Amino acid sequence: MRLSRKIEECFFKVLMILSTCFILLILAIIIYSIFEKGIRSMSWEMVTRIPEGGYYYGKGGGILNAILGSLTLAFGATILAFFLGLPVALYINVFLIRHKKLVGLIRFLLDLIWGIPSIVYGAFGFSLMVFFGLQTSLLAGILTVSLFILPIMIRSMDEILRTVPIGLQEAAYALGSNKSETAFRIFTRQSVSGIITAVLLSFGRAIGDAASVLFTAGYTDNLPNSLLEPVATLPLSIFFQLSSPVPEVQARAYASALVLTLIILLVSLFSRGVGKRYHKTKINF
Amino acid sequence: MDDLMKIQIRGLNVFAGKNHILKDVAVDIPKNKITVIMGPSGCGKTTLLKCLNRLTDLYPELKVSGQIMIDDNNILDAREDIYKLRQQMGLLSQRPYPLPMTIYNNIAYALKLRGIKKRREINKLTVHYLQQAGLWDEIRTRLREPASRLSIGQQQRLCLARGLAVNPEIILADEPTSALDPISSQVIEETFLKLKHDYTIVLVTHILRQAKRLADHVVFMYLGDVIEQGNVSAVFDDPKMEKTKQYLKGTFN
Repeated sequence: MRLSRKIEECFFKVLMILSTCFILLILAIIIYSIFEKGIRSMSWEMVTRIPEGGYYYGKGGGILNAILGSLTLAFGATILAFFLGLPVALYINVFLIRHKKLVGLIRFLLDLIWGIPSIVYGAFGFSLMVFFGLQTSLLAGILTVSLFILPIMIRSMDEILRTVPIGLQEAAYALGSNKSETAFRIFTRQSVSGIITAVLLSFGRAIGDAASVLFTAGYTDNLPNSLLEPVATLPLSIFFQLSSPVPEVQARAYASALVLTLIILLVSLFSRGVGKRYHKTKINF
Repeated sequence: MDDLMKIQIRGLNVFAGKNHILKDVAVDIPKNKITVIMGPSGCGKTTLLKCLNRLTDLYPELKVSGQIMIDDNNILDAREDIYKLRQQMGLLSQRPYPLPMTIYNNIAYALKLRGIKKRREINKLTVHYLQQAGLWDEIRTRLREPASRLSIGQQQRLCLARGLAVNPEIILADEPTSALDPISSQVIEETFLKLKHDYTIVLVTHILRQAKRLADHVVFMYLGDVIEQGNVSAVFDDPKMEKTKQYLKGTFN
């Protein structure tokens, strides 16, 4: 009996170690291949210049158009989604506290639209553009991407806000705070670190998505200079240039992949650091 | 009873689903005295306290009916301005919940809710209330620190100072010393004895000795019923009801 239990324990332990190693290995290979190819094609010119002679055949230049384009678009979309999302998350947790079923339904619906593939958002954004007679543009990209990250933004802030203890809420109300004071003064302060993490998480999703910007933001060799003109993005810079027969153009795709990975890595690290820094006034229970 | 009554509760019923938490409760709470509500856990003490400042509104499962008269206003009336009502009362909960901000801002927040906007007045009153709660000497150099860095006992006194800062007439305290060390508990008790000349204090406790030390008026509850209430000496020295006698002897808890 004892021996069989020992064998069982050993078997599952080995199994878990193996699958963990397997996952880590795959991750390492992905990161290695991105860095290996990306660093070889990386140069000062690559990150400071726009493509020369057309992004598909032109051999000169770099990917500055995609870097700046992606940053502008992701910043715009994140800010928009933040200002739309925070009130929703606060409303769910503060004003609807007596309506548990309704809140459950809202959370369910948000989780549902979280799962919608981004290409569907792209198609939706595109159909809206057709309806309003808009061209592919930075504006259309920002609107579509902000719709795409909105459920992520709301639900991750919501998960943080619902951890605000009922005792703290009682303390705020007992002083005579009304609901909006409780929402903006107490809930947000108690959840600063979590809210920043939610914003950075959404930013990471916004900057990394290709499908939602494919029809809406378009692509261009130029730097972003107007809300109403198309804008290049890093994911599409990979998508379009990797299929080129020209090695120099392919190099631009690998460089884009590297830059995109680095940006997401930095954002993740930053969000971890921020979580610790803004903990000071948070009340721990 | 010829005391001036601050709060009169009549026919108060609270249901949580099918659970009858408070059963037709009638309680009188005299002005500027300490009223202790005691009883074993689960008897509805805390719920009764939460009815008084309508924190029960936060819990959708609680159905409250009846009458709670404070200075001739029925506060269970839907038309009552609950934010103003709550400012008539300071609350001390079982464990302290300082607001997620600095020590100074914890008090300043309450003062601003009361409508005080001038910086100088806020500074002056902050010192005043911290002194009143017996905290000032310990933290006078730490006002800009987050309240979360204080010890539990200091946090509870900060919550008391914050509760006083809204300039209430009533102080509601829900087992305010149960999470505290003996010294902080003593400070809180002494503060209550000083405050009772100006405030009506309603204290929930399950510590009999604390009840005896502090109470002027005692309400004994058991399983949602008020068994006995009256003057502290009457209830403790000469209880009328069998349940009260058993409880005071420690037969059940």
